[in-house]
Amino acid sequence: MKILSLNFLTCAVKACKTSPNSYPLHPKDAELVQDELGLKPEMIISVLPRIDWEALKSTCSELGFPALPEAAPTKEELENDEKILKDLHHLLLETSISEGKLVCGNCGHEYAIKEGIANFLLPGHLV
Amino acid sequence: MSSSFEPHQRPSPPPPPAQTGQQQPNNAGHDRDEDATAAASYEATHVHSVYNAIAPHFSATRHKPWPFIASFLSSLPTGAVGLDVGCGNGKYLDVNPGLFLFGSDRSDALVQLAQTERKAEVVVADGLALPYRPDKADFAICIAVIHHLSTRARRQEAIAKLLACVRPDGGMVLIYVWALEQSSSRRGWNEDSAQDTLVPWVMRAKKGSDDADRTFQRYYHLYREGELEEDVRAAGGFVKEAGYERDNWYVICERTDNEKPGS
Repeated sequence: MKILSLNFLTCAVKACKTSPNSYPLHPKDAELVQDELGLKPEMIISVLPRIDWEALKSTCSELGFPALPEAAPTKEELENDEKILKDLHHLLLETSISEGKLVCGNCGHEYAIKEGIANFLLPGHLV
Repeated sequence: MSSSFEPHQRPSPPPPPAQTGQQQPNNAGHDRDEDATAAASYEATHVHSVYNAIAPHFSATRHKPWPFIASFLSSLPTGAVGLDVGCGNGKYLDVNPGLFLFGSDRSDALVQLAQTERKAEVVVADGLALPYRPDKADFAICIAVIHHLSTRARRQEAIAKLLACVRPDGGMVLIYVWALEQSSSRRGWNEDSAQDTLVPWVMRAKKGSDDADRTFQRYYHLYREGELEEDVRAAGGFVKEAGYERDNWYVICERTDNEKPGS
């Protein structure tokens, strides 16, 4: 599961959807893998406004990555600064969680990630 | 190699248990929770466990994207973020490499195939309890999924869940369901056929082996003309485009928050 995906995921429990504590999900015991992928600057530039920067910063810090800038880079900054473009490409698309758990900060439910696939099926009592 | 095929409909499959009272709108004096539990358990037997059991055979017959869906995906802007709910083996996830398309399916066996065969970004999730942030996706597709839910309330709820995932200001949802009206298909259903039906999937045993053929029954609700549009409206959406392609009804819909006067 790519770090980009984590930015669009939240708890599957209906009651958690309205709680600010349910997002982002917290990685636990995460094993990470890196893939090398071709950089497509226009993909990064166009997805940036769709990213929740605060959530991305918190994910980065929980995974022990170097801190991200306080505010999201602007389109112009991305177009003119290849390093930050490459760093974001690496973080969002080349870095994946292969094993571990995602924990909801509201209900505490833990979703398992195995072989890169998170399982969001809920046990009966949470449906 | 064994092979799969779907023969003609068998006579009179048993109706799903949760259909009681479904002919009338299900809104008075009815225990909806009990209904939903019975429907979920029916679908676990007649949809989920079937897809997990037939996943490799099913996947081998599902590689070619349907043209209208491929052209919808190709028409979207670079970098758009979308969801494919009920992605199966992921055959739509790599149609347009300029999109960020996240797949989910109730069948872990199919999700694994999508990941290993297509390197797709996929999760295991139930369409009625999706793990996506509300209001964020630019679009969602849901192909040949809603017709597997065995009550109208659940089908409408599934459409509402899709609409809840997309942007209120113009996020699009494309839905395909199997049509009742397909008298020219090999199944031969028409307007007078039963809408709630079991469709067999036969896994042929290897030639020369002692194994018997295995038949799995999948539940379908076959949609009547206009019914999908009604379900979209009941789910809080409005239909932008609707049509019929390859024995299926489809709609492109948006949230009513974005409905313009006159549309």
